Parts: sequence; structure tokens; C-alpha cells
Amino acid sequence: MSAATETHGHAGHGHDAHHDEGFIKKYLWSTDHKMIGFQYLFTGILMAVIGGFTVYAFRMQQAFPGTHIPGFGRVTATDYNALVTTHGSVMVFWVAMPVLIAALGNYLIPLMIGCDDMVFPRLNRLSYQIFLLSSVVLVASFFVEGGAFGGAWTSYPPLSAKAEYSLTGTGSSLWLTAVALEFAAFLMGGINFVTTVMNSRAPGMRMFDVPMVVWMIVIASILFMASVGPLVAGAIMLLFDQQLGTGFFDPAKGGDPILWQHLFWFFGHPEVYVVLLPAMGIVAEIITVFSRKKLFGYKTVLYTAIGTGVLSFFVWAHHQFVAGIDPRMANVFSVTTLLISIPVAEMIFVYIGTLYGGSVKLNTPMLWALSFIAEFLLGGVTGIFLGASGADVYFHDTYFVVAHFHYTFFPIAFIGAFAAITYWFPKMFGREMNDTWGKVHFWGTIIPFNGIFIPLFLLGARGDHRRIYDYRHFPDLMKAGMQDLRVFATVCLLVLLAFQVVFLVNLFYSLVRGKKASANPWNANTLEWAAPSPPPHGNFPEGLPNCYRGPYEYSHPDRAEDFWPQHVKGA
Amino acid sequence: MINKYVPSASTFAPDIDNLILLILAIVGFWFLLAEFVFFGLILKFKEEPGRKAQYVSGEKPEEKKWVSIPHYATLVFDVIIVVMAVKVWHTVKIEMPDAEKENVANVRIIAQQWAWTFVHPGLDGKLDTEDDIATVDELHVQEGQTYVFELTSRDVLHSFSVPVFRLKQDAIPGRIVKGWFKPTMTGQYDIQCTEICGIGHGIMPARILIESPEKHEAWMKATPPTRSAPIDFIATEQPLEDGKVGALNPATPDAALARNGLNNNGEDTP
Amino acid sequence: MMRPIATTRSATGIPTGKLAVWWLIASEIVIFGGVLGGYIMHRLGHPDWAHQAIHTNTWAGAFNTFVLLTSSLAAVLAHQAAEHGDGKKAAKMLYLTVVGGLVFLVVKSFEWSHEIHAGYTITSNTFWSFYYTAAGIHGIHVIVGMIIMLFIAADAAKGKELQRVENVGLYWHFVDIVWIFLFPLLYIAK
Repeated sequence: MSAATETHGHAGHGHDAHHDEGFIKKYLWSTDHKMIGFQYLFTGILMAVIGGFTVYAFRMQQAFPGTHIPGFGRVTATDYNALVTTHGSVMVFWVAMPVLIAALGNYLIPLMIGCDDMVFPRLNRLSYQIFLLSSVVLVASFFVEGGAFGGAWTSYPPLSAKAEYSLTGTGSSLWLTAVALEFAAFLMGGINFVTTVMNSRAPGMRMFDVPMVVWMIVIASILFMASVGPLVAGAIMLLFDQQLGTGFFDPAKGGDPILWQHLFWFFGHPEVYVVLLPAMGIVAEIITVFSRKKLFGYKTVLYTAIGTGVLSFFVWAHHQFVAGIDPRMANVFSVTTLLISIPVAEMIFVYIGTLYGGSVKLNTPMLWALSFIAEFLLGGVTGIFLGASGADVYFHDTYFVVAHFHYTFFPIAFIGAFAAITYWFPKMFGREMNDTWGKVHFWGTIIPFNGIFIPLFLLGARGDHRRIYDYRHFPDLMKAGMQDLRVFATVCLLVLLAFQVVFLVNLFYSLVRGKKASANPWNANTLEWAAPSPPPHGNFPEGLPNCYRGPYEYSHPDRAEDFWPQHVKGA
Repeated sequence: MINKYVPSASTFAPDIDNLILLILAIVGFWFLLAEFVFFGLILKFKEEPGRKAQYVSGEKPEEKKWVSIPHYATLVFDVIIVVMAVKVWHTVKIEMPDAEKENVANVRIIAQQWAWTFVHPGLDGKLDTEDDIATVDELHVQEGQTYVFELTSRDVLHSFSVPVFRLKQDAIPGRIVKGWFKPTMTGQYDIQCTEICGIGHGIMPARILIESPEKHEAWMKATPPTRSAPIDFIATEQPLEDGKVGALNPATPDAALARNGLNNNGEDTP
Repeated sequence: MMRPIATTRSATGIPTGKLAVWWLIASEIVIFGGVLGGYIMHRLGHPDWAHQAIHTNTWAGAFNTFVLLTSSLAAVLAHQAAEHGDGKKAAKMLYLTVVGGLVFLVVKSFEWSHEIHAGYTITSNTFWSFYYTAAGIHGIHVIVGMIIMLFIAADAAKGKELQRVENVGLYWHFVDIVWIFLFPLLYIAK
């Protein structure tokens, strides 16, 4: 392998060959990690629109049951279940994961570790194509006979296993296939990320010099790879039950429905940390830059992230306290679940500590990063009510759970994504997003967000249970004030959805007409800011950088400037 | 506090409510403190021209303690909460009433798409006897009486939930899951299905009627006994003789939907 | 396509391709772990499955175990040849490995057609559901491995990408080891 000639060949002359790339080669058939990152990003944004539409329809049904919903029509009981299922599945698998892990991981990792691409660019391209196929399969399931699968994103058999129960025979199998394809895409992506970070770091970049977001995406990828296996097995078994008539989960044939639950949640719980860790990584990058401070305890954050990941394998059955598992097992899982709150809380404390003594600039990315902490705190503490088995008996399957996981998931998937996009937009597209409209979007999202979910805590505590298309059948749930709360939450949702238009307009307008951005508009340290905005194919036209220090050397007392980029040789 | 809105109608409901209150007090305090510190720091350290930020690594002991102390405090409070939670869980799910020591009545609950069948033991107090009363969507119990329930499903997973009891238990086809409750006040309240079970999941509400001893006895005397519904549906399905559509008939989901005014697309029929 | 410079680095000292194969194997272990874990839990709860398991062909299973082990030996010899730069010999050994895989699949197809003919289908009993599913997933991994191996052998014969011989060998050993677990669980436990 003539490494030396290849170095010059690629950075110096290589990209000449790409100047007359056709549209297809450049945008649709690219192996460039940045383009693949964009493919994931824009697919994720499109799927988010679908996810948003589904919640619009079913919340309108809840608030105004039995009426004609504008843009949808009458929401039948069948529709309601399909909408709820689609909402959950899309938001977790087709929005949070592609945007936080695949888009940002692909875009940032080679840049932040100072190399020119992932180590397996063609595998990278294939992983996106399989992901795209999975989205197509999912959307196709809306149009088949019987309609989309309506058994919730958790897909418990026997409901999901037999068409006579679900009444969506084809839809169920298409949904399952879409999920399985998505898993395959992320397994492939994960191998790429982990191997690239392990081996292709810039010369001089030691373990503790790696930016936190890169670490977090790597740990998340490892977590995903270690946890999804049993569910892949389970998905094959469920598919065979659905299509071949096997009885893996059918008690009449010697199977066990609870086996699916264990396989699902063994993955399902680590999965929430798979999406949480990248979001926390994004927050770390932003709060250090805009408080001009080192991360308060880099090693603490890293070790607690790894600890959380490991612990996350031991808590899964807190989703199954009342499912019919041995009640003594519930005690074990209650203990482990409350224990896992400790490392996560510690990470949040460290982030709060990072602000101390800082010089805090409240621009749009920072507002998002800070609001992540404020909102996620509420999600975290409300989890305690659910992890405590004795209390979960009451709260399980109520809207209290829904509010809890939206106070964790919304910060992860949306606040994290908005923070990342507004922060890295200049690098990605060489232009600036409008900061004033960014702040309008921020407040127009955060305030209604709380307006949606605080009422849901109250409604859940008063007995509203999940996946119910019309509460009018339950006299105790139509007591004074309850329907008002449902309407209020729905109106707040409408406001929140309306403000997303501001974001989309700002995004697309700035893409073509935004003010041109410099290489390092935020005066940040990490290596991506050493590349041009946007970086060309090969990333660093002047040669791949070396790394001389950690990523958060802000406000160093011996330096006049309050930042010290990683690639700049020591004074 | 929850009982301000949802009555507390079983012996263990107050225990659960107290646990929830304890958790609320502890996490509420920490949550407010953390947010207060968080917002305070943002305000205190907003950028000012001329002031450079401090260079703090967070690795020195005097810095670390600001994170370690809350960390250990979290641990202590988690332990307190978990001990209380396990105690409550024990009462609700692990300790079963002892039929030798107290008067225990049994009731059988069979969930299906999309209705509930309740089998009451009748005046003789025993299930699977001639005077059993099977009802659909209405559970009659007596205040002050301890009940052990046998729960199962005919088809998919369902979940038997009585919010005023603070009780919930998933129903699994092919298995009988046992639990218990003891009502402490009379009244009529919702029973919910709390595990998604198909398009009719939202239209299988049931009601629990907690009756005084006199009223309960009067109801049993006034209600004709129906042949007891056996627990093992896979082997023996015995339809209700009066032909009423509902559980126990080999009813199709369509029929159950029709009973609730829906067609098989889950649409309300006019 | 020009390889990125990224592929020429190795901060861990382990070649990138090998690292990737190890990660692939790690995630596959969890997949097979899920299938086999599910099977074991069911089997423990269903002692009556022994009546079904009697009808598996232990001799065929044992012969297949021997075949796979031998093919893994061929893969080791291929690696050795590649280490010495002998691409042609490495390719020959890889072709032998593929032949081993082929024999395995042929034996399996005889086994299965006999069992299906006798009425032991994937739906006749949940034991057989696990049997066909677990061995089927394994079989797919064998086929995929063979196909990839053919491509790598073709390159190796021209002296190209010799480092991939070891990597595909690693994958093949993994497939072999999965079978070593499957064999007692499906054939010997009677």
C-alpha cells in the first residue's frame, strides 16, 4: 500500500476528478460521508413531518372526538391505533436515530477526528440505501389492504402475530420488515463509526482528546450493536409467526408471548440510551463553546456514559412490572432502574457545573443546548415514579408514562437535533442561519412543548390510559376539567407544529440565501472548524491536521485568545 | 393527593398514594434545586465585555465535590425510595391473602377482544359451582370483602386495571395470573383495559360496582345463575345460553365491535 | 474508487478490516444468542420436546460438524498462505473452504427434505420452528460467507487484497462456532 502517494493523491489532486460529477453521482450515489450525512438528515426531517402529522391527527381526535379532522377526516378506532403506532415507530427509528446518530455521526466523525472520510465509504453508502428502503417499506404499509400496523411500536404478540387479531396482516409484516431493515442499516453504520474512530484518528489525538460527541456516538453504536441482536432474532420469529404460522409467541402452540416482551425490551431499554448519548454529546460541544469553558469533568462524563450504557442492560423489565413476570423479579429491576438514574444525573450535574465561571452567550444553539438540560431534568425525575415498582402499578400505561418519555425523547430527538443543526449549519453549508428567527422558533417550540406535556402528567395521574381513541366511553375520565386539559394540550401542539414552519423556512432559505459563513464563526476548538465551510471532498485541502491538545481548551490563562484549536501547534 | 381526584377505594391504594407522595417530595425538591442552580448560573455568568471565563477542569477534588455530593445524595434518596417501593410492591403483588386466616372470595376475570367476562362465586362463595354468576362488563364486589382474582385472556394480551384500587395486571392468553384486592368504599367506577389489544381497545370499558354487604347479597339473590365460565378456553368453549353477544360466545371481534356500535373498520356505525 | 487516507491509519495497531470483522462478529453473537437463548428457555419449559428432538438426524449433524471443522482448517491454511504472500495457494484453500460449505448445505438439504417429507415442518411443533429457524439463519450466514469468500479468493489469486483472507477466515470460524453450539442443542439434547 503506497500510503505516501495516496496522501498527496487524494488531498491534492484526487478531488479534481470529482469536479464534473453528475447530479446522481454527487447527490444520490455518493460515498462521501458528508453527503451521506445529509441524505440521512433530510430523510429524517421528512419522516419527522410524517411523525408530526400522525400526532396532529390523533390528538385532534382526542380533543374533538368523533369530528372531522382537517387534513385527515374522521379518525376511526382503526385509524387511531395505526396513527399512534406510526408516530412512535417513526419518531424513534426514522427520526431520532437517523438524525442524531447517522446524520451527525457520518457528518462529524471524520471531520472531528481529522480524516478525510469513513474507513468503509461504500458500506456507508449501502447502509443509507438500506435505511431508505426501510422508510419506503414503512410508508408502503400505509397503503396495503387492512392499512398500517396498529399494535403500537412495541408490537406485542399475540396481537401482532396473527392477522385475525390485528386485522392488518400485510401491514404488520411490512412494519416488521421495515424495522428489521432499519436495524441492518444501523448495524452497518455502527461498524463504520466504531472502526473509523478507533483507527483513523489524527496523529496526536489520544483517547481523552476525542470530542465528547464523537465518543458518545461511538458508545451509542456499540450499545446498539450489543443490544439489538436478540430483537433481530425475535423479529425473525415474529415474522415467521405472522407469515408461516409458527407458534413462537402463541400459547396454543407452546409459545410464550412474554418472550417477545423480554427480547424487545432487552433492546428497547438500551435503545433509549443509544439516542440519549449522542444528544448529550451535542450538548457538551455547544455548552463548552458558548460558555467558553472546559467541560467540567471530561473523564467523569465519559465514564458515566459508559457506566450508563452497561447498566442499561440490566433494567429492561421495568417495562414489564405488571406484565405477568415473577413479581420477585420486579424488585430486582426496580433496584437497578433507580440505580441507573445516578450516572445520568451525574452527567447532568457536570453539564450544569460547566456553566460555572463561564462567559455564557445565549445564541440559538446555546438556547437549545441549555433547554435540553432544563427539560430533560423533568423527564429524568418523573422516571423515578415509574421505576419504583410500587408506584408503577398505578402509572403503567397511563399518560403519565407518555409525558415522562416525551420529556426525555423530545429533548433528545428534537431539541438535540435543533441544537446540532443550528450549531453546525455554517460548517455544513457554508452559510449562516438567521439567529433572530432561530430564537423565534426556539421560544415558539419550548413554551408550547411544556403546554402539551404538563397537562398529560395530570391527566395520566387522573386515570387517562394510553392508546384510547375516545375517552367518552369512560365516565370517570370525563369528569370536570379533564377534557379541557386534553383540548389545551392539543392547542399547544398546534402552536408547536405551526412554529416548525419557521424552522423549515429558515433552514431552506439559509441554504440558498444565507450570509456566507467563515471557517470558524463560533471560535471553537474542534477539528471540523479547521476545514473550510463547507469542506470539500477530502475535507482538509491543506492536508489532514494533527492534534495537539484536548477539545475544550477554552479561556486558558496563558493565552490571549479564549480558545485554542486542537490542530494549532503549542505556543 | 391523587385521591382528591381519583378515590382511594382499596386497602393498598393509600399505600401507593403515600409512596407517590414521598417520591414527589424527594424528586420535586431535587428537581427544583437543580433548576434553580442551573438558571442561577446562566444569569450570573452571562457574558460581559471584558470578563474572561475561568479555566476549570472539574478534576480537582474541591471542584469534583460539587458533583460528587449531589451524586451521593441521589444515591441515598434512591435507596429510600426503592425500599418504600419494594414494600408497597410486596403488599400488592407478592403477598396473597391466606384463605385459612381470612374469608377470601374468588372471582374470575376473562378478557377478550373486546369485552370482559366476570365470573362471581354466587351465594355459596365458591367458583365452579351451580350458583356462579357470569356477567359481561360488570364486576360486582362487596365492600370489606377480600377477593383473590384469577385473570386470563381468550386471545391477545389485555390488562385489568381499576384506578380506584390503584390496581393493574396484564391478562395473558394460556396463563392464569392471580392477584388480590379488598374494596374499602362503595360506589361505581371504571375498569380499564390497559394493554393495547386491537382496534376495539378503547371500547372495552367495564364498571366495577362495589356494594354494601346487603346490596351485594340482594344482587346475588336477584341474578339468575349462569353456568360457570371455565378458565380453560382453549379446550372448552361454552357459549352463554341466552345468546347474548359477548364474552363466552365464540364471538368474533366483529360481533364485539357491533355491540359497541362500531363496524370492522373501527368506524362508528350510524 | 480512491481509498480515503482514513483507511491507511491504524491508531490501535489492528488493521481496520480485521477490526470491522470483529465488531461484525460481536453483533452477530448477540443475534444468535437471542435465538438460542429463546430456544433454551422454551426447551427447559417443554420437556415434551424431547419426543420431537428424537427425529433429528444426529449422524448427519455430526458429519456436518466434521465438514465445517475441516473447512475451517482449510481457511486457516489459506490465511497461512496469504501471510507468506502466496495468493494462488490462499485462493485454492479458500475454494476448498467453499466446497466444505457446499457439502454442508447439500447434507442439510437432504436432511431437511427427509424431515419435511416425514411431516416435521416448521409449523408442526415449536421445537421444529426453532430447529428450522436457528439452523436456517445459520445456513444463510454460511451461504453469504461462501459468496464473499469466492470474491476474496478471486482477488487473492491475482495477489490482491491478501489481508482479506484472514478476515473472511475469522468470519468463517465464527459461523463454525455457532454450529458447534447448534449441534448439541438441536441434535444431541434428546
